[in-house]
Amino acid sequence: MSWEPRPAPEINPETERYWSAAADETLLVRECGDCGLVYHYPREYCPDCFGDDVDWREAAGTGTVYSYSVTRTMSGWPEEDLPLIVAYVELDEGPRLLTNLDCEPGAVDIGTRVEVRFVPLESADAAVPVFVPLEE
Amino acid sequence: MATQSPVYVAGAYEHPTREAPDKSTMQLHAEVARGALEDAGLEKDAIDAYFTAGMPEYESGLPPLIMADYLGLDVSYADTTDFGGSSYISHVGHAVAAIRNGTCDVALITLAGRPRSRGQATGSGARAIRTAQDSFERIYGATNIGMYGMAAQRHMHEYRTTAEQLAEIRVAASHHAQFNEHAMYQDPVTVEDVVSSRVVADPLHLLDCCVISDGGGALLVVSEDVRSRLERECVEVLGHGESVGHHRAGRIDLTRTAAEESGSRAFDEAGLEPTDVDYASIYDSFTITVLEAIEDLGFCEKGEGGSFVEGGTLKAPNGALPFNTDGGGLCSNHPANRGGMTKVIEAVRQLRGDANDEVQVNADIALAHGTGGSIGTRHGAATVVLGGEDR
Ligand SMILES: [Zn+2]
Repeated sequence: MSWEPRPAPEINPETERYWSAAADETLLVRECGDCGLVYHYPREYCPDCFGDDVDWREAAGTGTVYSYSVTRTMSGWPEEDLPLIVAYVELDEGPRLLTNLDCEPGAVDIGTRVEVRFVPLESADAAVPVFVPLEE
Repeated sequence: MATQSPVYVAGAYEHPTREAPDKSTMQLHAEVARGALEDAGLEKDAIDAYFTAGMPEYESGLPPLIMADYLGLDVSYADTTDFGGSSYISHVGHAVAAIRNGTCDVALITLAGRPRSRGQATGSGARAIRTAQDSFERIYGATNIGMYGMAAQRHMHEYRTTAEQLAEIRVAASHHAQFNEHAMYQDPVTVEDVVSSRVVADPLHLLDCCVISDGGGALLVVSEDVRSRLERECVEVLGHGESVGHHRAGRIDLTRTAAEESGSRAFDEAGLEPTDVDYASIYDSFTITVLEAIEDLGFCEKGEGGSFVEGGTLKAPNGALPFNTDGGGLCSNHPANRGGMTKVIEAVRQLRGDANDEVQVNADIALAHGTGGSIGTRHGAATVVLGGEDR
């Protein structure tokens, strides 16, 4: 799975740590100290209780496929990256992340256990988390 | 001073074109505005409120300023609420509130766009990174159809819904489209045709997707006072509800939409139940959009949408819940990628007896429901319940 010329994330002060941690092969989620919610995508204020006592937490990097779709046609996308599996992976910590599954379409189903992999970006100190089926 | 006086849809007009290579988008806005005025029997000067969700092809924003200037409108109220295809149903509700508040008497709502002529990448196109969320979604190739595909996949997983059941929705829409001379696709299709069409994003096939069309539509919403001076048969807005569904901090449920809230609010305001609905216009960007809306609006239990749509339930005139009798977005028209407008227009036609003869339902109560954005990430839902004059 190559990345660029796929669209790269825009990195801002609120998300910089998430992307740089990914460059170090660490998946971060956010955890609210007030209500305990573990959430994704990163935000400085808890999207549930709106508290600001929010920390970064290292995720185990494992989860379960909540749903997926194999995209066969996409204009404006590198042809060699099709078909593309877009999926929600439910992390063991709770939140569902939108991501790609980097495997053959037949190798996954809803409920398949997966683990994170990081695809480096050339343009920034960042990497993109994707998932592959877990070797049991 | 807010009142609960009745408010009406007095004019409705759908642009007849589905491809408009030689027109400007603003021109289409003007053409549909003229059409709605003529339908209602009103003059342009009567308009004192204007609603549009804008021109998706233009980046500049400020749609009420740009469009009021182009159309030459002097208004005391302007609204540009934009949550995609549900916007135009929401505008009906907002117009009712503004009229009841005494702010205005005649609200014009317009939609126009030319995605087909512009060759715009729509449901299956990669899009630029613009919002905070895009950096966590679009980098992965999250397209509209891919996200609806994920919803369908999850619905199938939880409730054993089948591709053949989803196909029934297209079959019913195509049955209606054969009677609509303006419909983009007029040939009836079978379940087999749908499930054997090419897969765009599993489990959705090409025929699970709506058309891409140029054109537009317009509505005129008026006060009791204005309506009493009109010759034209009007349709009463009995109830409206809207809601925003989103990612829930990572707890999104792909099998449920905000129609649960928008629908129950609209029914509560109307004092009616889903069983009172004789005809339903339901936004059909994809077949799964319809299936989840049918469940969430309360026409059947959650998870039973698949069996509900089997056996011709959605076919006019004799099905239990005739829907999208113009052919809908799936077969007829999805102007500017925002089909909510045509949902209201066909509901108005049904209540006035102006639908095509073969699909005319004897309807006293109709519902129009829109789903805008993506149920895979974040979406708007808006519902109106409409009543005929002689109900
Ligand atoms: Zn919190």
